[in-house]
Amino acid sequence: MEYDLKIVTPDKVAFDGKAERLVARSVDGDVCILARHVNYMTALSIGQVKVRKAGEDFRVASCSGGTLIVTNGSVLLIASTFEWADEIDIERAQRAKEKAEKRMQDKATDYEMRVAEFKLKRALNRLSTGMK
Amino acid sequence: MPQSMKLIKNRIKSVQSTQQITKAMELVATSKLRRAKDDMERTKPYFDTLKDAAEEILATNTEFSSPFCKGDPEKPCCHVVIAGDRGLAGGYNANLFRSLSVKDGDFILPIGKKAEEYFSKKNVEILSRDYVVAGNIDASDCMHMALIIANDYKEGKFGAVKVSYTKFVNVLSFVPSEEELLPFVPKNEEKREHKMLTLYEPGVDAVFSYLIPQYVSGIIYGAVTSSVASELSARRNAMQSANKNADEMISDLTLKYNRARQGAITQEITEIVAGAEN
Repeated sequence: MEYDLKIVTPDKVAFDGKAERLVARSVDGDVCILARHVNYMTALSIGQVKVRKAGEDFRVASCSGGTLIVTNGSVLLIASTFEWADEIDIERAQRAKEKAEKRMQDKATDYEMRVAEFKLKRALNRLSTGMK
Repeated sequence: MPQSMKLIKNRIKSVQSTQQITKAMELVATSKLRRAKDDMERTKPYFDTLKDAAEEILATNTEFSSPFCKGDPEKPCCHVVIAGDRGLAGGYNANLFRSLSVKDGDFILPIGKKAEEYFSKKNVEILSRDYVVAGNIDASDCMHMALIIANDYKEGKFGAVKVSYTKFVNVLSFVPSEEELLPFVPKNEEKREHKMLTLYEPGVDAVFSYLIPQYVSGIIYGAVTSSVASELSARRNAMQSANKNADEMISDLTLKYNRARQGAITQEITEIVAGAEN
């Protein structure tokens, strides 16, 4: 059974159509949404999102946080950034990773450390999704 | 009158070279504007859905309270001010600064070089100078800004958060506007009478506090794209009228030049004739 799925980010609509299965990394762990899910809302953390249409393979994407909402059977994923695996700019992610690592080694302030850590997590997530 | 002819010729040349620059700037602004407008359109669905989701939570959970819903008018306010990076855009920057309601001691998060220049002379505290190039701001920058703002707001550093930007209405009209980001106040409450039963994981409070930075970043991103589009069309309009003025000046000067040339010829003939008569 399929349901309506829409994935939006600030700069684009990444997916709008029918899907059979969605797996996303919430702050509590992975969740999988199937058709006829109860009304639901959760916060997503940095991680992979997988979407499968009926009769097709999973498509993998990297997502750096967002919100997942199920209302009356249709699913909405609001992501702060969202890229399908084939759209990821691996070189850019690699650069971001090195930059963040350097920042963390430079013994930055507490706040800068948190930002660098956040950026590093995102870069690593992009790399692991994009390399597959 | 060869002297004045030379002067006029030099003026014409200088106006022409200025016109070349304004023409080029107009073309650049026109082509960039198209992209900026597309960007602006694309942010709309994101922002609308986020706002709906946050309002939904508030409407369906009556006993729910969050630090993000409570403001404090006594405390300083945090302004996110989005201006341009460059001048030569008519009154774009000046109009925005004139519309601001910043008090002494308020916090400012400037976006755009002009905003940073403007506030570095004022008695305000600048939150971060990391985002001064408005043309380069992307969605993840906005997310970082939102996280900083949400965190400081929760800690009680300021009592309200406002974003000042230039709203793009159409290519000829853009208005400086101010929107209140926090405290979060639902606007269209009567629309949602039906109370839906929704499962929140890990909990309503947690989901809401994750949602707020996203909402803030969504509005900031939308405001940035709208401001960039406004800046470009302001620049295009300014350059268009500069071009028109240059055209007028050139035709005026050319007329003067021709008159001076004719005057010089007449004078020469008179001199020759006078010489021949002797």
